[in-house]
Amino acid sequence: MGVSKAQLLERLQAQQIQFSQYDHPVVMTVEAQAKYVGHIKAGLSKNLFLKDKKHRYYIVSALADTKVDLKVLSQRLGLGKGGLRMAPEEAVSEILEVPLGSVTPFALVNESARNVSLLLDQGFKTHECCFFHPLSNDTSITLKIQDLYTFLKSVERMVAYVDLEANPTVGKDQPPDLAALVPSDTPSIQNISEKTATLQIDGDVKSKPVAVTAKASKVSSGQQKEKPVNTANSSSSFADPEQFIEEILKKASAFVVAEIKEENIKQHGDQLGAVVSDSIRKNLTLEFKNLATMFKNTAYTEGFGAGIRCPAKRL
Amino acid sequence: MENNNNKENETKQDEEQTQVINPWQVSSKGKIDYDKLIDQFGCQRLDQSFVDRVHRLTNRSPHIFLRRNVFFAHRDFNEILDGYERGEKFYLYTGRGPSSEALHLGHLVPFMFTKYLQDAFKVPLVIQLTDDEKCMWKSLTVEESKRLARENAKDIIACGFDVSRTFIFSDFDYVGGAFYENMVKVAKCVTYNKVVGIFGFTGEDHIGKISFPPVQAVPSFPSSFPHLFSGKDKLRCLIPCAIDQDPYFRMTRDVAPRLGYNKPALIESLFFPALQGETGKMSASDANSAIYVTDTQKAIKEKVNKYAFSGGQDSIENHRKYGANLEVDIPFKYLSFFLEDDEELEHIRKEYGSGRMLTGEVKKRLIDVLTEMVERHRAARAAVTDEMVDAFMAVRPLPNMFA
Repeated sequence: MGVSKAQLLERLQAQQIQFSQYDHPVVMTVEAQAKYVGHIKAGLSKNLFLKDKKHRYYIVSALADTKVDLKVLSQRLGLGKGGLRMAPEEAVSEILEVPLGSVTPFALVNESARNVSLLLDQGFKTHECCFFHPLSNDTSITLKIQDLYTFLKSVERMVAYVDLEANPTVGKDQPPDLAALVPSDTPSIQNISEKTATLQIDGDVKSKPVAVTAKASKVSSGQQKEKPVNTANSSSSFADPEQFIEEILKKASAFVVAEIKEENIKQHGDQLGAVVSDSIRKNLTLEFKNLATMFKNTAYTEGFGAGIRCPAKRL
Repeated sequence: MENNNNKENETKQDEEQTQVINPWQVSSKGKIDYDKLIDQFGCQRLDQSFVDRVHRLTNRSPHIFLRRNVFFAHRDFNEILDGYERGEKFYLYTGRGPSSEALHLGHLVPFMFTKYLQDAFKVPLVIQLTDDEKCMWKSLTVEESKRLARENAKDIIACGFDVSRTFIFSDFDYVGGAFYENMVKVAKCVTYNKVVGIFGFTGEDHIGKISFPPVQAVPSFPSSFPHLFSGKDKLRCLIPCAIDQDPYFRMTRDVAPRLGYNKPALIESLFFPALQGETGKMSASDANSAIYVTDTQKAIKEKVNKYAFSGGQDSIENHRKYGANLEVDIPFKYLSFFLEDDEELEHIRKEYGSGRMLTGEVKKRLIDVLTEMVERHRAARAAVTDEMVDAFMAVRPLPNMFA
């Protein structure tokens, strides 16, 4: 379960962090928010939830009038040009566990967001206090930016102040200056709450909905250090029989099609069937056996996970 | 398992200055003389009759490492096969010292072979991760060694081991109970002088190191794993490993009869040569001496093209005239390890050896083979989750381990 607004505010109070609270109708934009609290002397923030190609997530939290250029940021993080884009809406609720329109640094208190990297606009420091949503966009609170920073560091999150408008060159001899802010390889899906959930992590073509229990959901999220040959296919095809068979048939078919070419037809005539069949065995047996073993291991692991959580009742 | 620590200790066995082989150091002035090594260590050669016998008994093509004599030496493997023919099972034991996250192909060799043995003979396997050893030898913290052990476990699992027949354990997690009882029994049988003689410890070495060897010895005894082999005290153990581990198991074999246990059998491999040539092992500290499982396609291409030691002649004319020196040519050697197709390898041997084929072509073929291997490993590794590691490492019965 995501942390609630009330729980968050309690925690802030418990840590003796001073804040002022302003309730207002639900606001989906900074402009709308400004209508209700713009008169208060504090920096308004805009909060972007971003993701990169390796399914790592970032929150960029900036003063409303700081210019944020995603292309520049992407290069500074070492993700290349165009490596950063807005995260899909589902991710806001799945990972940050806040309603749409409520993206806020505070979302990092949720376990599901533990690997999200937070980039805080340096500019916040020029204001005494700044505005953030306390996990819900029907309230805004102001607090000292340093308190926010310390609070999030105390729950061991990745937070850093960044000069968001800087545009340093990134090249062979100038390494990306924000590379250290990229989350480590395990993406943030790991610790989603213990209920069975249908996860659809990324909105792009490769995603596949997989109904899994808590920890076993890692199988579909692709814990990958590098991009493997078949990205999403490889990991989820080991959990789902249909995809597994699809993968096998695809490989076998591709092989057969490649073998049926003119020279082979000429050479073998009506023996071609037997020849290709032998060839499949020779070339694909090992690979398929390995795939099958991974499938078995994945199934066993799911059973193991279920078993340790819920020991079978024996009569 | 301790490999290649580059300590300068010479053990009593290293009388020859020309080559030094022990669990921490592998070096030689010229090519490694494996015949001499077999003599020196006192193990046996694994000849073709063994390969044929394995083929018969398992009803499948022998593994490439057997066909190409990569696993070339053994102790008592014939007894394992005799027993197997009579219906007596055995179990496999291998391991890794998790000293770094970066695994290279040389590290995978024993695991690839062990997986084949598991599948071919349908026997269970225990894999020991000596995180305690690395903590002691490499001044890692306990947390870091445990973390590396789990990370390495993922690469090991990616080699394709069957979870219903495989138990992976880390020393920090598992040592205790019956395992520890055996450690004490073994320790009582090995004097300080003996262990110094075998492993070359000095008065400066801390007591952790000196008391470590029993930890690597006792997985050879089934009673160390009561949750797996309870009641099967006579179950034999086969240990696939690189030949530099032989000293550990000489010690174990010496002790076993005194404890009323069977001696473990061994099946031993050559060293996987470094890219730069045969005179040493791949080293985890020199990134260009090895192909890592995390290397990109581009990196593999670059490393092979730039660093792989070529046995080709220095000019095309000379090459066409004299052919390549296959004894020292690394690309060809690597192909002999990893190119499945015997016929194709023969073809390359003839063409390259006679000078009709050029080094560039051989290198290109190697790059393809290695890239495919590494990509496949990566895809498999991507499917290994933390929970799968937990499953492999859980102290649980394996009811179908001989099925």
